[in-house]
Amino acid sequence: MMNRTGIFAVALGLMLSGCAGGDLFVVLPHEDGSTGSVVVHQNGRDTVLDKPLSAVKAGDANAFTIASSDVDQRFGKAISSLPPAARSYMLYFKLNSVKLEPESVPVMADMYKDVAGRAAAEIMVIGHTDKVGKITDNDQLALRRAQTIAAYLVEKGTPRDKVIAAGRGEREPLVPTADEVTEPLNRRVEISVR
Amino acid sequence: MTLRRNKTGLLALAFVLGLLMSNLPDAFAADPIGLVKSSSGEVNVERAGQKIAADVGTKLFQSDVVITGSDGAVGMTFIDNSRLSLNPNSNLALESFRFNTTTHDGEFISSLRKGALAAVSGKIAKATPEAMKVRTPSAVLGVRGTKFLVSVAGQ
Repeated sequence: MMNRTGIFAVALGLMLSGCAGGDLFVVLPHEDGSTGSVVVHQNGRDTVLDKPLSAVKAGDANAFTIASSDVDQRFGKAISSLPPAARSYMLYFKLNSVKLEPESVPVMADMYKDVAGRAAAEIMVIGHTDKVGKITDNDQLALRRAQTIAAYLVEKGTPRDKVIAAGRGEREPLVPTADEVTEPLNRRVEISVR
Repeated sequence: MTLRRNKTGLLALAFVLGLLMSNLPDAFAADPIGLVKSSSGEVNVERAGQKIAADVGTKLFQSDVVITGSDGAVGMTFIDNSRLSLNPNSNLALESFRFNTTTHDGEFISSLRKGALAAVSGKIAKATPEAMKVRTPSAVLGVRGTKFLVSVAGQ
C-alpha cells in the first residue's frame, strides 16, 4: 500500500517536472570548456549557478544538476538555433597608412572567408591605442583608426551597412603596460566578425 | 563610519554623472541593437503594434517582442556580441538595451514570457556583472558571463 503510494508520488513528481513544470534556469559550459555563472533572484533568495548543467527551478532555491538529455529535450531547438560566436582578426597596418603589413594579407583573406560563411554577417572594426596620451584623446584616435579601416573595407566592396566602426581607446591593451608607455602591438585594429 | 559612507556616496554620484556625460558612443533608442541570424518556421517581431515577419537579416530594436510559432525557431546576435535563441512557442520582450562601444558600459534586460531560450552573454555582462538580466514571471536571472538556458512554465 505504502509502496504503491510512493510510486504514485514519484510518477506524479516526474510528470510535474518533466512536462510543463515551473520556470527553469540552467548554466552550460562555453564552447572553450569554461563555465561562468548566473544568479537567480526569486522571492528574496539568490541561487548562484556556476557549474556545467547546474540548474534551479522556480519556487525552490536549491540548485541541482540537470541531465543533458533533459536539456536537449527542453532546449534543443533553441540551442541549435544559437548563432556562432563572433571571431576576432588582428590586422596591422603600416604606420599612418591603410596599407596592410604583408603578414596581415592572409589574415584579411581568412576574415573575408569567415564573413562569406555567415548568415547576415557583420564586421565590427575596433580601434585600439597604446597608453601614451590622455584617455579622451586616445578614444578619438582609436575611433579614427577604426573609421579609416572601415572606409577601406567598404572601398574594397564590403556593403557599408555591414561595417561598424568603434574605438576602444587604451582600455584593452594586447600587451599590458604602465601609463604613458609606447607599445606598437597595442596600436592595432581588431576586426570582429559576427 | 559616516565619513566612509559619504565618500562612497560621492563616488557613486561621480560615477553616475560620468555615465551621463560619457554617453556619446552609446546606442540611441532609434539604433538597431541586433540582427536575426537564423530563422525557421513562423517567427515574428512585434514593434509599435505591428507584426513583422523576422527573416534572416531583420534588424532588432529596443522594445521589440520576438515571437515564435509552433514550428518556429530564431537565433539573434546583439551589438555587444551577446547571442539569444528561442524554442518554438516562445515570446521574448527586448525591454531595455544600452551599450557604449568605447567603455562597454551598458544594460540588456529581456523578459521571457513564454517558451524557452538559450543565450550566451557578451561584452555588457563582461564589463558589468549582472547588467544583463532575463526576467521570467517568477524570477530574475542576472548574468555574470556565461552560456545559459531559461524556460518558462508553459500551458
